Amino acid sequence: MPFANLSNLFGRSPIKPMQEHMAVAIKAAGQLVGFFEAVTDGNWVLAGEIQQQVVKYEHEADDIKKQLRLHLPKSLFLPVPRTDLLELLTMQDRIPNRAKDIAGIIMGRKMTIPASMQDQMNEFVRASVAAAEQALTAINELDELLETGFSGRELTVVENMIKELDKLEEKADHLEIGVRTSLFALEAQLPPVDVMFLYNIIDWVGDIANRAHDVGGRLQLLLAH
Amino acid sequence: MTLFAEYGQVLFVLACVFGLFMAWGIGANDVSNAMGTSVGSRALTMKQAIIIAMVFEFAGAYLAGGEVTETIRSGIVELDIMSSHPDLFVYGMLSSLLAAGSWLLIASILGWPVSTTHSIVGAIIGFAAVGISVDAVQWGQVWGIVGSWIITPVIAGFISFWIFRSVQHLILDTEDPFGNAKRYIPFYMFAVGFFLSMVTLLKGLKYVLKEHHIEFGFIQAVVIAALIGIAVAGIGIYLLSRINQDTHADKSNRFSSVERVFGVLMIFTACSMAFAHGSNDVANAVGPVAAVIAVVQAGAVETKALVPSWVLLLGATGIVIGLATYGYKVMVTIGKKITELTPSRGFAAEMAAAATVVIASGIGLPISTTHTLVGAVLGVGLARGIGALNLGVIGGIFASWVITLPAGAGLSILFFYFFKGLFS
Repeated sequence: MPFANLSNLFGRSPIKPMQEHMAVAIKAAGQLVGFFEAVTDGNWVLAGEIQQQVVKYEHEADDIKKQLRLHLPKSLFLPVPRTDLLELLTMQDRIPNRAKDIAGIIMGRKMTIPASMQDQMNEFVRASVAAAEQALTAINELDELLETGFSGRELTVVENMIKELDKLEEKADHLEIGVRTSLFALEAQLPPVDVMFLYNIIDWVGDIANRAHDVGGRLQLLLAH
Repeated sequence: MTLFAEYGQVLFVLACVFGLFMAWGIGANDVSNAMGTSVGSRALTMKQAIIIAMVFEFAGAYLAGGEVTETIRSGIVELDIMSSHPDLFVYGMLSSLLAAGSWLLIASILGWPVSTTHSIVGAIIGFAAVGISVDAVQWGQVWGIVGSWIITPVIAGFISFWIFRSVQHLILDTEDPFGNAKRYIPFYMFAVGFFLSMVTLLKGLKYVLKEHHIEFGFIQAVVIAALIGIAVAGIGIYLLSRINQDTHADKSNRFSSVERVFGVLMIFTACSMAFAHGSNDVANAVGPVAAVIAVVQAGAVETKALVPSWVLLLGATGIVIGLATYGYKVMVTIGKKITELTPSRGFAAEMAAAATVVIASGIGLPISTTHTLVGAVLGVGLARGIGALNLGVIGGIFASWVITLPAGAGLSILFFYFFKGLFS
């Protein structure tokens, strides 16, 4: 094999692994919808299975993250700044972590959601997950962005996706306020420790949407030049 | 010269054999770089790439390889000083061939950095400077050649950057990339056909057609090249008409159909790349052969000797044999690794590299096709078109210059004294 071999010039593109990482991350978050439904139905066997799934996806995301970090040496010449890319990766990775926290603590404490709040809660979870899925849609544009050299019309497409993500995050916020209000009305009749943890869960479900929103923001920074 | 009367036949055969050996090495190693990009971006299958390489390397070597061959024959060594030692000149050229060929073989086996151009130039400088005298080297010319090794990748990078920018502007960054791809790509095809024909007509063909005393004037060349360009674009338009949008694949990536259109264009740039490579690198093998033949036939070192066209043919044949016996394996390996280069990028890099190499061939500069291609790929990278590039390779390239020149020179000096002892 001669040196003068061009193939040494090409590093592994981080774009595809970034997208794979985000896909797995959102899979983990997406499990929450079914998980909360199982919890509100009192089906703890199914809930346990789903929680295992969440853990599995979170691990997968971690593995991809580690590989990516190892394969982004400083000598690589990338079309976008390396630091921005790694920062975006960190942001993406916070989504499955939070999903794992939520499922883990609910399983661990066998928490039940008060009957009058269940529908509201499920809707709130769905809205949060929808925001996360929108973030994935935006991240999935990375390969198209590379195709156009991170410029031009494709930027507008991503801008619009991020606007949509803003809307979804806002919607999740509104629902969060509703769920909190309902819990506030009920809290006097419930065991105080349970209430404390319920507030925590509400917070964390909101985090899924917030973190998805952060991913969108980071993506924007990556593209802003 | 009793030497040529006695051993003329032997020297003649030796030159041809060593020339074939060197050409085989070029075909086995160097071609794979020129063609690897097309295979990697899946614009061509392996089989197609080999066939294209064979046809166009051959055509490039035969039709446009004369000027660089002339430089290698007479542009590095001071022929005036040599004219008093025609025998030493012949030994030197034979040793250079054998040295460069052996070095190529050793380096390939060990997987070391190597460039065919640098090894032959190093070998010729080596025997002339050490075996004869330091004044026997045309240092002015040599610095020009060495300078071009650094400048040509930069030029290729500059051209590829702007070609890719033009693609972004005209095709990728528009409302209808697919439609625009079909609309504008024939122009790129025309450019490829026109440009290569132009350089060939003006510079290369005089070595092939000199028996017929045919010379093309500039206007004639423009007309003929334009006709060839139109013909090339016509073939391209026909091929493009058979490509339809694949809505299913476009769902996952909106540009996948567009890339398929660029894949057709890449067939053309792959041909031009093979042509360019043949036009420049075959000279590394046949230049010294031409030098030896001229001296053996004339019995003296002449400045006016013309490169016979059958020598170009010999080199072209050697390259094709090298490609068929060993080069295809290397091509597969390289092609497998270059998957990051999509057709829209690969074409820009190839077109720029081919243009640069063909211009260099027209001027008669022996340059390194691979380095030029590396420069062209970096140009596309600068236009933010490639996922990741290893800048560490640039260091390897410099290492290849540093290693190859003295290695070629050292081996050539060794062989030079060996031949000197053998024949006298």
